[in-house]
Amino acid sequence: MTAVIVTRGLVKRFGRVRAVDGIDLDVRAGDVYGFLGANGSGKTTTVRMLLGLVLPTAGEVELLGRRMPRAARSVLPRVGALIEGPAHHGHLSGRANLSLLDASGPGGSWRTRRRRIDAVLEQVGLAGVGRRPVAAYSLGMRQRLGLAGALLRRPELLVLDEPTNGLDPQGIAEIRELLLELNRQGTTVFLSSHLLAEIEQMATRVGVLDRGRLVLQDRLATLTAPTGATVVRTPEPDRVRAALDGRVTAVDGERVVVKGDDPAEVNALLVGAGVPVIGLAPERPTLEEVVLAAARAAGDRVEVRERGR
Amino acid sequence: MIAVELHKLFRRPRTWTTIAVLNALPLLVAVLLQLTDLAPRPGEGPPFLSAVLTNGTLFPLAALAIVLPLFLPIAVAVVAGDSVAGEAQAGTLRYLLARPAGRTRLLVAKLVSVFAFVLVTVVVVAAVGYVVGTTLFEAQPIAGTSVSGSTLTPEELTGRTVLAIGYVTVSMLGVAAFALFFSTFTDSPLGATLGALAVLVTSSLLFTLDAASPIAPYLPTRYWLAFVDLFRDPILWRDVVRGLALQGVYVGVLLTAAWANFTTKDITS
Repeated sequence: MTAVIVTRGLVKRFGRVRAVDGIDLDVRAGDVYGFLGANGSGKTTTVRMLLGLVLPTAGEVELLGRRMPRAARSVLPRVGALIEGPAHHGHLSGRANLSLLDASGPGGSWRTRRRRIDAVLEQVGLAGVGRRPVAAYSLGMRQRLGLAGALLRRPELLVLDEPTNGLDPQGIAEIRELLLELNRQGTTVFLSSHLLAEIEQMATRVGVLDRGRLVLQDRLATLTAPTGATVVRTPEPDRVRAALDGRVTAVDGERVVVKGDDPAEVNALLVGAGVPVIGLAPERPTLEEVVLAAARAAGDRVEVRERGR
Repeated sequence: MIAVELHKLFRRPRTWTTIAVLNALPLLVAVLLQLTDLAPRPGEGPPFLSAVLTNGTLFPLAALAIVLPLFLPIAVAVVAGDSVAGEAQAGTLRYLLARPAGRTRLLVAKLVSVFAFVLVTVVVVAAVGYVVGTTLFEAQPIAGTSVSGSTLTPEELTGRTVLAIGYVTVSMLGVAAFALFFSTFTDSPLGATLGALAVLVTSSLLFTLDAASPIAPYLPTRYWLAFVDLFRDPILWRDVVRGLALQGVYVGVLLTAAWANFTTKDITS
């Protein structure tokens, strides 16, 4: 599979702080890549380095096979981006904003501009917004307009930072469907977020950033693969322990974890022993458990440094 | 890109409000002069104002002289200071650069649009001054009077007025260069504007100080009023040329510095 985003030993130092500390991203064509990390873990700095806004202290970035920021002029027109929330000129209409943005760089022909603007406004659900200035838009509408700007040139790669911020639940579901549809049509989506649920519902691959380091990067299906144990729900956990001597690894209220990856086999044994079983499933770690195990502390917690060292 | 920046600047209501306000002061002065008939004595008050009562066609120059010391530089500093820092504050700078607009191209486009603003503003002030001058006062279309007392033909007067407009524009480009320079360093348009104004206030203050006379020839505001010399007979070129050279050096150095900073800086706004 072709690499769409590759970084090698990417470092960004702000003064004495290493905001990004040697990360090797590997995003492939067709991925929905979930880029997870607590606030302050370096997500936004990384996104800005990918787009050539922040210049790396060390390491390199390749976007669509070309070195950044050197090839920005040829690569970035093929990339759509939403960086830390949308931003527009408040006194102009959404349409005028899109038009000006499109005219500000290469790769957006003015002949097709009107048509492309109509199409993306329709896609993000702003077709009927008219000539209202953006200053009168709600937060959700601005977010949709930001997304429309990212989609304007049918990009091969979408780099989206918190794309559902400010949207209501219906809006979130709608945008998620739109992104998945674009992905089915071949767009690679790089989704930066601290919302685990959002990533878990969309991503095919996940990278987890913790204090500037990439502590985890793998397929979501691999990360949340069955552990080889079975979870049994029962009102009488003690009787499970008696029936399956030595195979019980954990008991938590009505939830009992039993060794063995075949729920049917476990069930047969429990029913045979007359233990009431309410629920039965192979044990899978949730993404939250995986992420918490990999990334320990919240990024914006500032601990008191020990003195005398 | 340049077209986009011009569009942004001149589609903005604030730009036209600024230009309108800028014309209000000369208009007020003209109305007061007309009502009271009390012109300043020759050599007092703003240049040309003493001659306006007898010849309204000189009022464009009086209008420029009225707004030049304070109003015009403020307006230019506001627009130029807003150019990059305003986009940074609104958050649109990151989208422009990720588009990608290209940092050098964006800076050039901003520069051109600021230049256009300066030119349009100066020309509008002169044009409004002409209309006001010829309606409120006696106009002598046949000839004008030079500052030296001799008579200028209408052709000479027109030519010299155009030269004066050009000279004032170049002087204002110096202000614009300071504001644009500061604008690449901060995410606050107000900070950039105030930075440029602080430079001008310092310069005007030092100019009046005898102790600062060794550096006086290098102060950015030193030759601003030299456009009056264009109306002497014959034209006194010395200060005009020095003024142009000085502004040229300031504009060149500041824009190079602005470019060097802007093309290598991390955009974190």
